[in-house]
Amino acid sequence: MLIDNSVGRRIFKFFNGFGFILYALICLLPMVHILSLSLSASVAVTAGQVSLWPVDFTLKSYEYVLKKAQFWLAMSVSLKRIVLGVSLSTFVTILAAYPLSKTRREFRAQPVLIWFFVFTMLFSGGMIPTYMVVRYTGLLDSIWSLVLPGAVQVFNIILLLNFFRNIPKEIEESAFVDGASHWRILWKIAIPMSLPCLATIIVFAVVGNWNAWFDGLIYMNDSKNYPMQTYLQSILIQPNIKLITKVQAELLRAISNRTLKAAQVFIAAIPVLMIYPFLQGYFVTGVTLGGVKE
Amino acid sequence: MKNQYLLKREIPLYLMLAVPLVLLLIYSYGPMFGLVMAFQKFEPLMGFFRSKWVGWGNFQRVFSFPDVRQVIGNTLYIAILKIVLETVAAILAALMLNEVSSKLFKRSVQTIIYFPYFLSWVILGGVLKDILARDGIVNGLLEKVGFVPVLFLGQPKLFPWVLVLTETWQITGFGTIVFLAAITSISPTLYEAASIDGAGRFRQTWYITLPGIQSMIILMVTLSMGYVLNAGFDQILMLYSPLVYSTGDVIDTWVYRMGLQQAQYSLAAAVGLMRSFVSFILVAVSYLIAYKSSEYRIW
Repeated sequence: MLIDNSVGRRIFKFFNGFGFILYALICLLPMVHILSLSLSASVAVTAGQVSLWPVDFTLKSYEYVLKKAQFWLAMSVSLKRIVLGVSLSTFVTILAAYPLSKTRREFRAQPVLIWFFVFTMLFSGGMIPTYMVVRYTGLLDSIWSLVLPGAVQVFNIILLLNFFRNIPKEIEESAFVDGASHWRILWKIAIPMSLPCLATIIVFAVVGNWNAWFDGLIYMNDSKNYPMQTYLQSILIQPNIKLITKVQAELLRAISNRTLKAAQVFIAAIPVLMIYPFLQGYFVTGVTLGGVKE
Repeated sequence: MKNQYLLKREIPLYLMLAVPLVLLLIYSYGPMFGLVMAFQKFEPLMGFFRSKWVGWGNFQRVFSFPDVRQVIGNTLYIAILKIVLETVAAILAALMLNEVSSKLFKRSVQTIIYFPYFLSWVILGGVLKDILARDGIVNGLLEKVGFVPVLFLGQPKLFPWVLVLTETWQITGFGTIVFLAAITSISPTLYEAASIDGAGRFRQTWYITLPGIQSMIILMVTLSMGYVLNAGFDQILMLYSPLVYSTGDVIDTWVYRMGLQQAQYSLAAAVGLMRSFVSFILVAVSYLIAYKSSEYRIW
């Protein structure tokens, strides 16, 4: 491109850069404000003195949150869900993508089967019947209710099967001539050659599992079984009147429902912040992953 | 003979599909079958098979609810506003980002503006509920410059716009990715030729960049058409309250309250069935258009 250094161009660039700084600040500052609230004394928060820096710095809100048994229960449900959910859905995605990546000549049922999968992206039973099926399969109040219903992600399967198809046919054929079975080809050739795609699926699945909350809300009757985000949601929708549990007057100077909420919102965002650098390498593939989220 | 050999070769492929197929049958096709409850006086203890059959009765009852029409209207209004605003914002941001020449600055901006996309609506809702509250920081600032405080989440007139603007805020950054990719694939010789012909930056953008990403724009808009009935369930459930049901209640939130909170299973399933059916047609048509117009195919 030709270099343009005219005055008009430079003015434009200045305002453009300025605009993006403003935009970036709009994305950052709300989070910074919440962090400051969580680290400030409740008296200062109520007085409206806190903006982007903690006032009367205190860790009391975090202390209070981290001492709650419910918080750690929710954390453990979330971790269990991530481990089970991500491994199961990766397993299922691989096992479905390999056969479906075959041509009609190699696997005669492929055209019918792939439609069987794709149809579920076009049409769904919806919230109420799905709830009933989960209930009838005995999963209510079990960790599996957060894992099994969403285990088959058809869009991920299609992403991976397209990847499998791009593996040069010759490699597979020579392995086949050498007597390798489909299982062996999948394990020794297809999976190792599609690691970038699998990595994308896994990283996005981790974030998706951490962020999910609605399934926890409807499938768990007992709030002890809530995953982190559902637990957080149940707290956030309560009005800010006063602390539900009994807190000593002295403690009330330091914390309030508002600072506690802020602390928990921030804690729930930390894992996403930590995994974010790993996500960045996979954005472009990720767009197509997120493009069809219902 | 050949068939037998082929079948033997296919057996492992069927075995691989066993687990995915069983899960799909139970948790995707099961609920589809479960939609029969829309035609029943469904009782959970009787199940899909033994509940009493009532034909179209539930559907007639649905439209006797005065708020159903309003809910459908709200859904379309909010979803269409979102699609328009989010697409325009993403294109604009991508065009501007393309004009940034410092690599480091560009990457830093991208890192920051992509981030909100990855936060759940529980977190974002928690943040917004605090900063937009009566005693929140936004109203604090408004008061300082002499405005009256605004109940952003409690006024029916404002609420749809709060939904649209906050979601645009969340996903515009991430939405630029596809358009940036499309912009980089435009041949630089086009720009060189244009600038030799005396076209300025603005005209280059108007006559080269925009037409260059036109097919991507059409593709993204068509694909989003399929989701018009999904106006952003997570976000709304997190932010709304009875104060703003008149403008903020959408199909999914209505189904949730009716079905799972008030146990009107059949009624909610009837609405769900209509929603699934219309969505099915919209998604199928949008994929068909995308396939015809830009060779878009998913496999």
